Amino acid sequence: MLAVRNLAVRFGGVTALEGVSFDVRPGSITSVIGPNGAGKTTAFNAITGYLRPTGGRVSYDGVTLTGLRPSAIAQRGIVRTFQRTSVFRSLSVENNVMTGLHLRGTAGFLAVLLGRRRLADEERHLASDAAAIIEFVGLAHRRREAASALPYGEQRLVELALALAARPRVLLLDEPGAGMTGAEKTVVSGLIRKVREQNVTILLVEHDMRMVMGISDTVIVLNGGRVIAEGAPAEIQAHPDVIRAYLGASHGSA
Amino acid sequence: MRRVGGGFLALIALTLPLWLPSAYHLHVAIMAGIFGVLALSLNLLLGYTGQLSLGHAAFFGIGAYTSALLTLTLEWSFWPALAAAIALAGAAGWFIGRLSLKLRGAYFVLVTISFAGVISLVSVNWIELTNGPLGLPGVPAPELGPWSLRTKTTYYYLVLAAVALSYAVSRRLVGSRIGRAFVALRENEALAESIGVDVTHYLVLAAVVSAAMAGLGGSLYAHYTRFVSPEVFLFSYTVTMVIMVVAGGKGTLAGPLVGAVLFTALPEVLRAATSWQWQMLAYGVLLVLLVVFMPRGIVPHINAAFSRTPRP
Repeated sequence: MLAVRNLAVRFGGVTALEGVSFDVRPGSITSVIGPNGAGKTTAFNAITGYLRPTGGRVSYDGVTLTGLRPSAIAQRGIVRTFQRTSVFRSLSVENNVMTGLHLRGTAGFLAVLLGRRRLADEERHLASDAAAIIEFVGLAHRRREAASALPYGEQRLVELALALAARPRVLLLDEPGAGMTGAEKTVVSGLIRKVREQNVTILLVEHDMRMVMGISDTVIVLNGGRVIAEGAPAEIQAHPDVIRAYLGASHGSA
Repeated sequence: MRRVGGGFLALIALTLPLWLPSAYHLHVAIMAGIFGVLALSLNLLLGYTGQLSLGHAAFFGIGAYTSALLTLTLEWSFWPALAAAIALAGAAGWFIGRLSLKLRGAYFVLVTISFAGVISLVSVNWIELTNGPLGLPGVPAPELGPWSLRTKTTYYYLVLAAVALSYAVSRRLVGSRIGRAFVALRENEALAESIGVDVTHYLVLAAVVSAAMAGLGGSLYAHYTRFVSPEVFLFSYTVTMVIMVVAGGKGTLAGPLVGAVLFTALPEVLRAATSWQWQMLAYGVLLVLLVVFMPRGIVPHINAAFSRTPRP
């Protein structure tokens, strides 16, 4: 279980997160929502090691993650994506995913320089894993194209494929539906559900309420760097604080 | 097609001493080979991890001095001295890699420049060890069992073997998960970390291998020219390496070799063709033209041209 306890992040005098605590149940899809500036991405950065929290602790199955490098956290199965599309732009889709398979490979320096059969076997396995992942996200027809040449929605799928290649146990998705068309969002929601079926826990930050309410088991609401509500989608939609802080605001502006 | 082309080039390289009309031409070929090793070495860092080392002459010079000193003062034979040169240059690469753990871009460049500057000053001023600016004459020619590799022809094959080794090492690394980690670091460091690539580990590894390879080039240079002086640390060596890698095509395996051959031969051709006043000017103009018309380098440019031609 991914456990966040009293997480605090301060930038100089600005408090981005204060006393944030929540658990992400294994096998669940948990969403973090909140108005802009609520601290959602900051929480992601603090959980995955991109930002050192000023206080509090994050642990996974009892092992403390706080203070570890992002790569070390990824090695423990906590893998994230980014809000701004992040792919290896000049590489083909195939090579993107091959790179993402880094943790599945074992060949060290000497094996790479001197290895023969086992090295070739491993490369073959990785290539077939990559092909399977690319198939899974539905980009088989784009396999050999440079990631930068793909339309935006497909680049986000490459990003998802990259993260899946790292064999996550907990997958943190930062606005996976941002900038996508409705049809693309449906595809992504479907993929997220399928990933969960493979026993991957999912934590996502998302602005699209239809998507959030449609796929989440639990919704956590952040506002001003604090958790103001937590519960099933239906409870959250009816929660007075949430309506005031978030839905109310967006109704007012609409 | 590629395979045939590669085999053809290998055949030319293997029979080159038979074709070349004079010892002078063979000398140019040997220098091109030594620079080929150096360019391959720089390419690992600059082309694959994306870090520009402007102190690469330091690793080259450390290799040259190590080999020269061990054979001259301790009377080691060539092969263990060569191994020591590679090891010591690699250790220097490790040091630079650790030192610049968190430094990227301009800061990495500055660290490598300063490192080369310091090492160069040491070579000038530690006179008891290095003989200062006078340098170390009389570095012995290598021997292989009972044979001396003193002649240009045999030395050519020694250098060719070193180029083949450096190429093979680069190729193996680049085609593996290690090479993919290098490229991940070049392309997007934050993303690389997110998929579990320990970026600092791979940066240090690239620096060590690159520096060790440059040390190999340095040792070969020392035993070829038979003389080592602080000139081996000249910034112009580094600049030449960078030109070779960038013009040939950084981040490709063939690019540095193409660059090394071209930019070793070019000054010689210009020397024969024009008076000295025009040489540097012509060199500069050619370089500018190359960068303008093939900004990604010769090899990527040719590759792109080939893949653009429609297939039947």
